[in-house]
Amino acid sequence: MAAAALLRRIPAARAPATAFMAARPISDSTAALTIKTSVPFTSHLVDPPSRDVTTTPAELVTFFRDMSLMRRMEIAADSLYKAKLIRGFCHLYDGQEAVAVGMEAAITRSDSIITAYRDHCTYLARGGDLVSAFSELMGREAGCSRGKGGSMHFYKKDANFYGGHGIVGAQVPLGCGLAFAQKYKKEDTATFALYGDGAANQGQLFEALNISALWKLPAILVCENNHYGMGTAEWRAAKSPDYYKRGDYVPGLKVDGMDVLAVKQACKFAKDHAVANGPIVLEMDTYRYHGHSMSDPGSTYRTRDEISGVRQERDPIERVRKLLFTHDLATAAELKDMEKEIRKQVDDAIAKAKESSMPDTSELFTNVYKKGFGVESFGPDRKELRASLP
Amino acid sequence: MTTAFSLRAAAPATAPCAGVRSTSAARVVPVSAAPAGRGRMVARAAVAAKADAPSSAVAGKSDGHEVLLFEALREALIEEMKLDPTVCVFGEDVGHYGGSYKVTKGLADMFGDLRVLDTPIAENSFTGMGVGAGMKGLRPVVEGMNMGFLLLAYNQISNNCGMLHYTSGGQFKIPVVIRGPGGVGRQLGAEHSQRLESYFQSIPGLQMVACSTPYNAKGLMKAAIRSENPVVLFEHVLLYNLKEKIPDEEYVLCLEEAEMVRPGVHVTILTYSRMRYHVMQAAKTLVNKGYDPEVIDIRSLKPFDLHTIGNSIKKTHRVLIVEECMRTGGIGASLRSAIIDNFWDYLDAPIMCLSSQDVPTPYAATLEDATVVQPAQIVAAVEQICQ
Repeated sequence: MAAAALLRRIPAARAPATAFMAARPISDSTAALTIKTSVPFTSHLVDPPSRDVTTTPAELVTFFRDMSLMRRMEIAADSLYKAKLIRGFCHLYDGQEAVAVGMEAAITRSDSIITAYRDHCTYLARGGDLVSAFSELMGREAGCSRGKGGSMHFYKKDANFYGGHGIVGAQVPLGCGLAFAQKYKKEDTATFALYGDGAANQGQLFEALNISALWKLPAILVCENNHYGMGTAEWRAAKSPDYYKRGDYVPGLKVDGMDVLAVKQACKFAKDHAVANGPIVLEMDTYRYHGHSMSDPGSTYRTRDEISGVRQERDPIERVRKLLFTHDLATAAELKDMEKEIRKQVDDAIAKAKESSMPDTSELFTNVYKKGFGVESFGPDRKELRASLP
Repeated sequence: MTTAFSLRAAAPATAPCAGVRSTSAARVVPVSAAPAGRGRMVARAAVAAKADAPSSAVAGKSDGHEVLLFEALREALIEEMKLDPTVCVFGEDVGHYGGSYKVTKGLADMFGDLRVLDTPIAENSFTGMGVGAGMKGLRPVVEGMNMGFLLLAYNQISNNCGMLHYTSGGQFKIPVVIRGPGGVGRQLGAEHSQRLESYFQSIPGLQMVACSTPYNAKGLMKAAIRSENPVVLFEHVLLYNLKEKIPDEEYVLCLEEAEMVRPGVHVTILTYSRMRYHVMQAAKTLVNKGYDPEVIDIRSLKPFDLHTIGNSIKKTHRVLIVEECMRTGGIGASLRSAIIDNFWDYLDAPIMCLSSQDVPTPYAATLEDATVVQPAQIVAAVEQICQ
């Protein structure tokens, strides 16, 4: 780690005095580092990828930072909801951050991601910023959907993030449609269509998977299995809880969704497979600490011991923290500083979002249709006929 | 018949449209902008079809060619698919089989399997895939083999197709065309004789049009494909073999415009799709009895072309709506409300609405005939209104 010591980097938030006291800066080395995943992959109809994941110290630090930011954002959203600044439905992702971060590390912004309503962190991973996220949650004009979508409708077109969907399972055919467009345009990219263990029982998934397999579309169906479909445990909803095998004739891979490196490896594997061979199903074994949404305490159908047990044994952020310590890439103090910085970032973003105004009443009628209505039309004598209805 | 109802649109102050050529014969009518935010129902600036000429006889350079309605739809599809490589067709049996009503016959050979796609029987998912493809820049034309089957895709049509432009704050546009035959056919049974106009009409973000002649079928199909908004194009099972001469030159019709079928003075009859023909049959009888009905094919089911309709009501002061939709919550019901809201002062008689009975369409021929509106009922209704 001598190379790391030479790369002195002083985080912006660090006060000048502490710079002198630092023993060694947080590593931003890009030297390759190979780490084994927590558990081997389980596969269906395909050879699983290797357990050895190549990463770099800088990447691990980024993982820690990104996941901590997401965690902080979700906790802050919890407080905002209780303060009645966020209304309606608010589905929080804390515990599942590794899936969003690991996926993003394996792909490019040209690949597409579509997910359901637990989308705040995926939006962030795709390059969304905190201010638009919080503004959207609070229904302000500065929100990513101009305040008109809400928690369940975050989108980012320029980053190929297609949302943000409230109806369970309906986003999977959309995702296969995105994959179709990618194949049609010969883009060599793939689409990750995420859904939960509850949505895995929707018929339209199997319909879409059938079509994707028939037409060899680069679609990757990712089941984020947090073991509870709202209040119903997976064993009460699914005869076969092996969601990665549900594709039947479509290959599948089961991944420890709390291990960001395993997620990264699996997603890279899946993308290469999908672009070459057609659809593949990934099952991410993950867990959410909050209830299904803010209206659900999350403790009536599972024990507090279970929740705290997962938090102690499998928390994705703690796993990366341990890795950073084990490989001597950062000290506890540095990571604490980073977390403080993140907390401040989130607080600042909330303050900024609170200042943003509510959308103007005229916004009620904008974006219902594109460009007003209709199309210019002309008869065979080229006489211009045009209607411009509101 | 005068040309009093030809109005040329005042050019909007914002984007000038390319290729506008005003003819010297037209009057320019500046119309003040209505206040924003209130649900405006009257067209701010719209052009009505010329009152005196049936729309298909608009002067073209050559004689035109005769086509059947399904061939007109196919011509439109071929032209648009040649012009724009992002247009593709999804549907059951549209490719190798050529389409259950032959609308897509030959397209798979012309454009290949990647552009004319035979889907499995999975309406929910292939409609969803059409919406997803639309989000990513393609322009799918999704065919429901029968409109009634699209009830299985209702979630995708309502929540995703209709709403995504709004909930994403304008980021995504969904330029899909959802089309298919609907309506009461010849003893097809209840589940294959559905009229979904009424089911879809409340979905915000959708546009709906109904074609009724080969001329407007081709023009509306082209317009629907070019539109940036999702458009549902309602065809009718019994109209596919209508024959008409259509121009050789390219033409595109306006999606939001109604069609003046027969100008008149005594009563405004508003209709669409197959009922247009029942109305015209009744009109023959009515003319013999001394009445002069004005028949308008509304074509645009969402939004209504209240400009054309309003001008007509201001002339005749009596309205009869003839539709194939169900009585409860049908297009006629909404149209009636819209007319009352906007043109109450011009009405001399209550608006009459003739619609199909609120029953599942029976199989027996006599019962099926009794379900839909027949010309005799239209004649009786006009006589009643014009008393």
